[in-house]
Order: sequence, then C-alpha cells, then structure tokens
Amino acid sequence: MMGRTIFIDPGRCIGCQACVSACRECDSHRGKSMIHLDYPDEGHSVASLPTVCMHCEDPVAPCAEVCPADAILVTADGVVQQADTTRCIGCANCVNACPFGVPKIDLQAKLQMKCNLCYDRTAYGLAPMCATVCPTGALFYGTLEELQAERPGVQVADSFTFGSTTVTTGVAMVVPADKVQWPVPGGLPVVEINGVDVSEANSNKGGGGRREGVR
Amino acid sequence: MTATDPVTTPGRPVPLDPSLAPPGTRNFRDAGGIPADRWHADQNGETLVPTHCCFCGVQCGMYLRVDRGGKVFGVEPRNHDINRMRLCPKGINAYQQVNHPDRLTAPLMRKNRDEEFREVSWEEALDHTVAEIRRIQGEYGNDAFGLLGGASLFSEKTYLVGKFARVALKSRHVDYNGRLCMVSAAGANKLAFGIDRAGNPFSDILLTDCLLIAGSNVGECFPVMTQYLWGARDRGATLIVIDPRETAVARTADVHVALKPGTDSAFFNAVLHVVVAEGLTDEAYLAAHTTGWDEVRKTVADYPPSRSATICGVPEEQIVQVARMFAGAGKAMAWHARGVEHHSQGVENCLSIINLCVATGNIGKPGAGYGTITGQGNGQGGREHGQKSDLLPGGRSITNPEHRRQICEIWGVDEAELPLAGTSMMEMVWQMQRQEIRGLVGICNNPFVSLPNYATVKDGYDTLEFHAQFDFFLSETAANAHVVFPVTVWAEDEGVMANAEARVVKHNKAQEPPAGVRTDTWVMCELAKRLGAGDKFDFPDSRSVFEELRVASAGTVNDYYGITYERLEETGGIAWPCPSTEHPGTPRLFEDGRTYHADGKTHMQVVEWHPPMDPYSEEYPLSLTTGRTVAHFLSGNQTRRLGALVEQTPRPWVEVHPSHGFRNGDPVRVVTRRGSEVFPALVTEAIRPDTVFIPYHWPVPTAANALTIDALDPRSKIPEYKVCAARIEAAERVDEVPAPPTAPGHRAYPETQVSRTDPLPPTSPQGRGTAERS
Repeated sequence: MMGRTIFIDPGRCIGCQACVSACRECDSHRGKSMIHLDYPDEGHSVASLPTVCMHCEDPVAPCAEVCPADAILVTADGVVQQADTTRCIGCANCVNACPFGVPKIDLQAKLQMKCNLCYDRTAYGLAPMCATVCPTGALFYGTLEELQAERPGVQVADSFTFGSTTVTTGVAMVVPADKVQWPVPGGLPVVEINGVDVSEANSNKGGGGRREGVR
Repeated sequence: MTATDPVTTPGRPVPLDPSLAPPGTRNFRDAGGIPADRWHADQNGETLVPTHCCFCGVQCGMYLRVDRGGKVFGVEPRNHDINRMRLCPKGINAYQQVNHPDRLTAPLMRKNRDEEFREVSWEEALDHTVAEIRRIQGEYGNDAFGLLGGASLFSEKTYLVGKFARVALKSRHVDYNGRLCMVSAAGANKLAFGIDRAGNPFSDILLTDCLLIAGSNVGECFPVMTQYLWGARDRGATLIVIDPRETAVARTADVHVALKPGTDSAFFNAVLHVVVAEGLTDEAYLAAHTTGWDEVRKTVADYPPSRSATICGVPEEQIVQVARMFAGAGKAMAWHARGVEHHSQGVENCLSIINLCVATGNIGKPGAGYGTITGQGNGQGGREHGQKSDLLPGGRSITNPEHRRQICEIWGVDEAELPLAGTSMMEMVWQMQRQEIRGLVGICNNPFVSLPNYATVKDGYDTLEFHAQFDFFLSETAANAHVVFPVTVWAEDEGVMANAEARVVKHNKAQEPPAGVRTDTWVMCELAKRLGAGDKFDFPDSRSVFEELRVASAGTVNDYYGITYERLEETGGIAWPCPSTEHPGTPRLFEDGRTYHADGKTHMQVVEWHPPMDPYSEEYPLSLTTGRTVAHFLSGNQTRRLGALVEQTPRPWVEVHPSHGFRNGDPVRVVTRRGSEVFPALVTEAIRPDTVFIPYHWPVPTAANALTIDALDPRSKIPEYKVCAARIEAAERVDEVPAPPTAPGHRAYPETQVSRTDPLPPTSPQGRGTAERS
C-alpha cells in the first residue's frame, strides 16, 4: 500500500486558498505558489478543489519523460522535482505532457515550476506546508491508514485513465465511497473531432468519461 | 484542556528543531536517503516564537519565525489545541504586517484637517492631545470628549481603555468596535443564561450528532473551524446551514435553508413550533431548569411553518425537516455568527436559537449546546473588562451601586466621580453630528469603513474639533485625524485574548517595535499622567495590567482571577470563569443545568418577528446583505496592504442571481436610500434572486457601508448590516478601488497594486461567476 503522501479531498475544499499562501511560504518555492485552485462548476456552485502535482509513478512522470533538457528529476522516494534551474530551457514540453495540467512556465525566466512536495520539509520530517495548514483537511498528508482512521469509510484512487492510457500517481484523490471505480476516469471526454460527434463512440470504450471521481 | 503542543515551553523563543514535526511524521513515502540536516532550517539561527494569530476569534496557534537579527520574517504552523497546525490565508500572511513599509514610525500631527500631516516628537503629540482634551472638557464638560476602543486589542489594553475613559478622561463616552461584532449574541446570552459567552468549546462539535450553523459563512470567516464541522460529519453528524447564500459549507449540508435576510426569528419560531407540535421537546429539562417556557410555547404557536415559509421565502417542508433533524438527534448543537446578529432584531434572533436549543434539552452536554463565533480576535474578551459603554471590569454593570463600589475601591477613586453608562459606537457618531461629543480618541478601529451609512459617519467625524487615533497603519479613519500615534502590532507586545470559546490564550512578543513606535499601554499611561491621573496608571508592561485585571474580575461571572501568564503558557489556554489558580477553567457551561442567574435557571424569552427597518418598495425591491471574504479582515486596514491577500481578492463585487440578466463582470449600480455605488457583477446561482451581496472590507467609493443602514437593535445597539432595501441597475463602468492611505514619506507596499485595475471580479470562494476567469 502507498506510504506517506498527500490525499486530495475536493469535497472538503472551501476555496480559502490557505494552501496557495502556504505553498508560497515554503523555502524551496522562492516566494511563488505551486498550487492551482480550480472551480469545476463556476456560476452554479461554489465547489473548488486544490490541484498539486500528482507525482506520477507509472509511466514515470510524463513531464520528466518528455523534458529534452533532463531538467526534471525524480528522486528515489518518488518525488517529481520541479525543473532544475540550471538545465530548464522553458520549452513547455512538460506543460503539454502533464495529464493533470500542473506545471507552470515562467516565460520571463524561461523556467518550469511545479509542486515538489515541499522537499525542503518532507526530507526534514515535516509535512508539506499546504497539507499542514489546510483548514479543512482537503489536503491531507499521511498514510492511507491514517486517513481512514480519521475518516471512516473514505475511499481513494491513485490510478487515472486518460483515454487508453492509465497513470498511477504518488498523490491520491479521495473519491465518493458509493462511486468507487478503479481506475478513476481522468480528463474530459472527447465529444467532437473535426466536426464529427464522437461522444457515442467514446461512451462505449469505457474510461475517459465524466470525472466521476471528483465531486 | 491539555496542551498538545509538542514543541517547547511556550513563551520563549526556541530554535527550530526536528521535534517540531507532527508526531509520527516521517519522510515522504517513508523512504530514507535524504540527509536530514541538508535542509536544516536552523542554519540561519532562526528561532520560533509561539503565539496566536492576530485576526479572527478562532485564535489559531502559530509560530513566528524570527531571524538572527531579531526580525519576524515568516510563519510556521503550530500544533495547538485550537487549530492543530491549521491556518487560513490571513493567518499565513499576518506576519508580513510586522515589518511592512507602510508602518507608522513617528507621531503625525496637524492643527487643521486641510493641512498635511507632519512628523512630530512624542512629547509634542502627547502635549497637544492633552491640551485639546483639557480645552474641550473645560468648555463643554467631561462628556464632550469620547473614547472608542477596539476588539483586536489584548484584554489588558481593553481594560485600560475602560479605565482611562472613566478615571483619566472622567467621561461616560467610551465604547468599542466589538459593538459591531457579536453584542447581540452577548445580550441574548446574558438574558437567557446570565453569562455572556458560548456554552461549549469547539471540541464539542466533534461529538455532536446534528450541527446547525446559522448566519455564519464558516468557510470564509472562520476557515479553521471547518475542520471541526468536517470532523463531526466524519462521525456521521448531519449538517444544517441557514444562510441566504450557498456558501462552501452550505454546499455540503444535508439541509441548506436559503432564507430571506432579516427573517431568522420567524424561521426559528416555526422550527420550535414544529418541535412542540411533534412532541420533541425535553419537558423534564424545561420543568427543572427553565422559566418562561409557557409564554414561549404560546408565542411559537403563532408561527406555523406555512406562515414562516412565506415570511422567510423557503419551502414549508424545510422547516419541518430542520425541526425533526435537530430535535430528533441524540445531541445537537447550534452555532451562529453575524448573519443572525447584525440585525435590528439581532438579540431576538439569537434568543430564538437559544429557545430551540433549550426546549430540546440540547444544552450543557458534550456535543450538545450553543455557541457564537466571534469575528474579531478579542471580540469576546474585548468587552469583558470595561471597554463597553455600560460595563465595568468583570462584566459588572456600571449602573449597579454595588458593582460601582467594588471597582472604585480597586481603582482608588471616588464613587461619585465614576461616570454612568455612555452610548454605543453608532450613537456616539450621531452625538458628534450634534456636537454633544466634540473630541475623540480612537484606538485600533476604523469606523470610516466599518460603520454603516458612511455619509453620516464622515459628517460626524468631520464635525469633531479634535480627533486623535492610535494605529500602526494609516487607516482611512486615522487619515482624517489631527494626531496619529504610531503603536505596536500584535507581535511586538504580549497579552491575552479570549477566543470564541471564551478560552483565554496568551500572545507573545516576537520582535522589538521599530524605533519611534510605542505600545498602546504606554501611550494611554503617558496621556493619563499628563491628565493628572498618573498614580492610577503606573503600568510598565502588559503583565502589570493583567495582574490588576485579574483582581478586578475576581468574584464576578467573568472571573479571570485564577488565570496567570504562567498557567496560560503551560496549558495553551484556560476558559473563564476560573476563580482560583488551582481551578481548571470552565470550557463547558451549564453541565449541571444551572445557569448564572440567581435562581440558576435559563430564562427563556418570548421572541416576535419584526420586518427589517429599511422597508422594501417598488423602488427598492431587493435585499442587500453584506459580509466577509476569506482574504480580508474587517475594515481591511491590515489585509488590504498584504500583497498575497490583495492578489487573492483585489476588490469588492456585487453577487447577483442570473435572473437579473447581467453577465459576469458587468458594471452594476447598487442603489439604497443612503446612496449608490458601482461594482462588477459576480453572477451566480448561489444567491437568492431577491438578494444581492457585497463584501464590506473596502472604503468609498467601493464601500458596502456607504449603502447599509444605521438602524440599531434597541437592546444591543448593533447595526443592521445584514439587510437593507436596494435596487440594482446597469452602469457604464465600475468604481475604482482606492489604495490604502499612507503617511507622508511612506510608500505603499508595491504588491498591493496587483490586479487593482482588473475589471473582473475576483475568484472568491463564494458565488463564482459564469464567465471564464481572467
């Protein structure tokens, strides 16, 4: 079973952005936040969810795989580091490759930036700053057993399908207990190609459907 | 109450150490291989000072990071009982105000308001202020000079504000901005229970089976409290939210009652009606521990769900559902905040909730009870020791001869000279307009943004012959003053605050104040000396004030006598009453059914619903309601200067339902009987079609409080911020957000410019718009 990691529970998010402020306070992020706060149902609901790097395991970090400059390093303990400033050429390949839409590019600095799981803190024995401060536990840091002890019956997923590709991640997502699917469909369905409605065809393939994993 | 802080002895700076890690924390994914000392944060000689957040009434524990030069430069979460490491964005960014370039570092003075401020010496500023006090009191009497304090001050300072007004100024006119916070709840609690505080600690929320949150946007106003709500739900508790808007917490509730603003007591009377009709009352508890139940039962008989559903604009079935869910639960709790308190019937609203709790026997038990969530850091403690116009230390009544005698004995003053009760904060502004009050000192408040009906407030302050203000940033109100005293921020002094649970916590000093800056205590004592009362104000530091406060509160309901700085540092906080140094404090009230009335009973009060004070009409058909956003605190004098918070929420907006035909970002003019202003629209289905909402942290021309009504609750004198009649119409462009004022020679913090001209509304946690985000 997975070890100590971040669990994201969108059902608990209140959109306060404490994680965003906390991320900026981390010494390794040099005053910039590496967290996105997304609003999946704007105008209809106040729902929000924090997005941190999912630290992909299999296939090994698509962002790192496509990096032509070998600037994104994966540590032995599975942390996908942000770009090495001495190597990054700011080409944005990683941005395009990431299935979760996580890395950002600082165009002026020609530098990719993303969550490195507060390596300055986790390596030192502290929890990542975002999960430490999160007022609601929408970001939780610990083991699955610790999470389930605190939240009886909680279900998580660390495997997501994007079309025919399945990505297994180091960071896990809490999913509704009554809608457990394995793996969780990730990404929105393709409904139209060159003006042709392909939604019917897609719906028969499985996976790639609505993001049922996200409340 | 036990200390869970695993780190050090609180109160002293400590080096950052691996033991800071939460118990059991190991490296990511339990993999080793990274030398632990490689990122050792102690490499720069950093120390951590345990303290609490300066902002809301939750009072989260935190460490301030202090560098080798003694300067605060960051924050680190702290595993305190209250917040267990959690912090909200305000708490995370609070440290940035300590060494902010906008800090006032020398007294500012001018003879007339049309002059520029000039920096002067402390002697000149103090002497001039005292000369003006003497002149005004000599010409017009002692009561012509008033004092307005603040509920963000430490309790020691609020004690001094009350004493300074009565003993040094000899004026009856003292009040504080907690008047704008939770005095309705205080009044209701006092009437019902004879004690002015929440009945249960936060931790009881985790034990409840049904949690009712009324008029409280917990997710934005008290984000760290949300962990208690979610914790209760993890145990299977049901959640009921009463709010005109679908807030982040309401979104997840089992029942969200989106009632029309200003109809809370009609709703709760109807809920109690159903409880009675279905035989869900706790008659044994009512018979043994209450008075007034028969009258309350008769009154609620007139509020069948059909009637209240029409008044409140909610489905009748929801009223029945809430009644069954609350009364049918084994243990139920109700927590409320400004949404029910900021009304001309604020006290009644709170009493109607208390009636529901008491009638169902949900009082004084683990997981069963009531609470009010304080907005300001020391909103609870700020009124306990004499800062409020009608109270003396220990919550004593200023009109009670015995109470007056007790305090005069402690203060060493003649009873005949002790003034009687003054008026409330808003009433003092009306008195300024009538020139009954001609001089004023304001400490830690910003009425130009925080009081309703801005035009009246501006007129009142402009009429003052002399106005001095204590602050550490030049607030909109301080910018109107004749003298501004630069004082310390919270991290430069020590003192106590009482949070929403009535838990007294200690704040510690993390750095020395900048040269030229003094503590509020020092300034008040210096003024008192010059006014001839120096012997009564010999307080070298906060501790000496606290020692007198302890004695002054002894034997009262608000008993602090058993609380000492040392005990607070050992325990992480003690809830009053605490009558002796061996007493553990009182986190939960009424466990034996006894209240603090002489007969030991709960005095249930009859509540009748009345419509809001500002009538709807064809011209003004909508309800305007106001509230907070998570990134800003009250008048925004502090948070509108912190780059990250400004970036998060750069400007106010008006939240409107899609049925009005506006698109996200459209300029919308909001008009009330007080005036009109233009805000960008935030179009969302998360608000009632007959209601619009504006967050209130900004000054004119983007001030919600230029539009709100200065109608007051007759008992608590709290303004009716949460409802007034309004209309909306299309406008050409939005009003520009003004930059915070700065002192001469100072510069605005550069990051506050972020997004200031952005015409689109911010991505607030509430009611996000339908258009793409910018």
